[in-house]
Amino acid sequence: MSDDTLISARGLSVGFSIGKGLFDKRILKAVDNVDIDIQSGSFFGLVGESGSGKTTLGRAFLKAVTITGGSATYKDGEVEYDLTTLNGAKLKDFRKRAQLIFQDPYAALSPRMTVRDIIAEPLEVMGLTSSREETDERVREIAAKCRLNLEHLRRFPHAFSGGQRQRISIARALVSGPKFVVADESVAALDVSIQADVLNLLKELQRDLGITFLFISHDLSVVAHTCDHVAVMYLGRLVESATTRQLFEAPRHPYTKALFSAIPSLDPDDEKSAQKLEGEIPSPTNQPPGCKFHTRCPFVIDKCKAEEPVLEHADGTGHEVACHRWVELMEQKAL
Amino acid sequence: MSNLITVQNLTLKFRTDEGLITAVEDVSFRLRKGEVIGLVGESGSGKSVTAKALMHLNAKNAVYSPESKIILHTDEGDVDVLSLRKAKDMKVVRGGAISMIFQEPMASFAPAISIGKQMVEQLMLHSDMSKEQARKHSIEMLDRVGISDPHKRVDQFAFELSGGMRQRAMIAMALSTKPKLLIADEPTTALDVTIQAQVIDLMKNLVTEFDMGIIFITHDLGVVAQTADYVSVMYLGRLIEKGPVREVIRDPRHPYTQGLIAALPKLDDLENPLLPIPGDIPSPLERPPGCVFNTRCSKIVGDACMSVLPPDIKVNPVHRVACHIYKDEGVA
Repeated sequence: MSDDTLISARGLSVGFSIGKGLFDKRILKAVDNVDIDIQSGSFFGLVGESGSGKTTLGRAFLKAVTITGGSATYKDGEVEYDLTTLNGAKLKDFRKRAQLIFQDPYAALSPRMTVRDIIAEPLEVMGLTSSREETDERVREIAAKCRLNLEHLRRFPHAFSGGQRQRISIARALVSGPKFVVADESVAALDVSIQADVLNLLKELQRDLGITFLFISHDLSVVAHTCDHVAVMYLGRLVESATTRQLFEAPRHPYTKALFSAIPSLDPDDEKSAQKLEGEIPSPTNQPPGCKFHTRCPFVIDKCKAEEPVLEHADGTGHEVACHRWVELMEQKAL
Repeated sequence: MSNLITVQNLTLKFRTDEGLITAVEDVSFRLRKGEVIGLVGESGSGKSVTAKALMHLNAKNAVYSPESKIILHTDEGDVDVLSLRKAKDMKVVRGGAISMIFQEPMASFAPAISIGKQMVEQLMLHSDMSKEQARKHSIEMLDRVGISDPHKRVDQFAFELSGGMRQRAMIAMALSTKPKLLIADEPTTALDVTIQAQVIDLMKNLVTEFDMGIIFITHDLGVVAQTADYVSVMYLGRLIEKGPVREVIRDPRHPYTQGLIAALPKLDDLENPLLPIPGDIPSPLERPPGCVFNTRCSKIVGDACMSVLPPDIKVNPVHRVACHIYKDEGVA
């Protein structure tokens, strides 16, 4: 863990109790034994299918779900918090520093509040400003940064389109001056023509305000364009983690490769030669033994079914992968 | 190839408290057997409303203009869809010759009735099968779309199936009456990419197998490129460009189509920033005069864009675009 690591987790697990009675102690492990370092100032992408645990991991970093195992720390130069034990006044302070942007801008904004009140609410709840003038000043400042017109502030959310609403959600998340922002599928509900605009805005805010983003998405091409580091999750585990360039130029995990080949190409004549995945992600309540991906992996061998691979920091490039056969597959150019 | 459905000058408005809202304006296209048309556009472009019009499925406050015509060509003769009044007559466009699958398969199945029961019910309505035959046929269809254990699945409920499985069941149900035309409204949008790829493959195979036409509604140009033969691009209720999929995607003519393609994040070009189309699609209450795209267009050529509706211009016999940049025949 280097000095400029903002979030660092070791063996992080999040489990939910799904037992139906007093003696039924079944646990659903949504996030299982994850090691991750998020560098300060980075745009960190987290990809995976639904059910992979990416949202739960993001919420664990915000202390919105209880961490049930392992360790996680937050360190931003001014403060250092242990996320597993954080409470009381320190937790309140942490809330200012870490914020969330939601997926659906239609559901995230109260229809009965003006845009000004929506953006000002976090300031008032956290007691960050001492007068109405100061609050208004802060609201106007952040609204301008998020490219909202000042006259918009007096209106209600229903008057706005999806893209504008998402900019309002972003302004609300950023008004308390957070250092760390989790953007959970924040462009998934938007049309492509608007999506590009919101992505460019997020990048701009990251640069201008020095915010670290954890960008959760199922869309690899969006991630490729915005993030500088990407981690791929499958069934609660991290299966691959690398810089965007490394990952997109030479994916090492068969799952990552399969995700790439599943993206529909704009070229109608591009018959995807690469393998398509059979089947679906298994239920987290009924996880397969060994490598979690072995039920769908085209390169499965007996070892995969018995022994779970760990995330290897293999060759000093920082490109990590959890697969028994990746070296072999890379040499055979099977991926 | 014979025509399957012809849509002419379809104009559809909704009566609301704020007045008449134009949802679709002067849309014409036709579909032949064995063809897939991709209908592309962002939310509010009128693509779903157009599709629902084909089944006469729009709400009661929908007003069709007198020029609007939708003709379904069946073996038993032509059906004028918009003149159908009685529920009994509409059976042919609702599940008979036309079937539809929706974006959210969870919302399309009744939650408290088993999948099989729902499939049998519609088969009994649309065919003269007995209950046993219908059940047997349903199991066969589930098997055809790649659902494992169809004998067991047929008695399960929608909530017991995963998202991809549910969409497959939906497709099985839509196809079990052997429709001539399948309308698929964003059928893969709610699915993960790996499952989306499976469903796209499945649908491609089914077109050939059943020799039917598909209208594929989506906002994803990548999905269109992989599935459709022809593509029609809609914006604010108007069809602004149409043609063979290769031509439209490789050589888009309308500034909106060009913008859509430029805004798409591409994996083979990570260096250049994404190019959004500036602004938002206007509310249908504030339709601009002239070209509907003039509030966001970066290639305005003059006053005509602001006041005159652009005519349909032939780029070539099969590729058409509605934009003032081009003059008929003289297209560069």
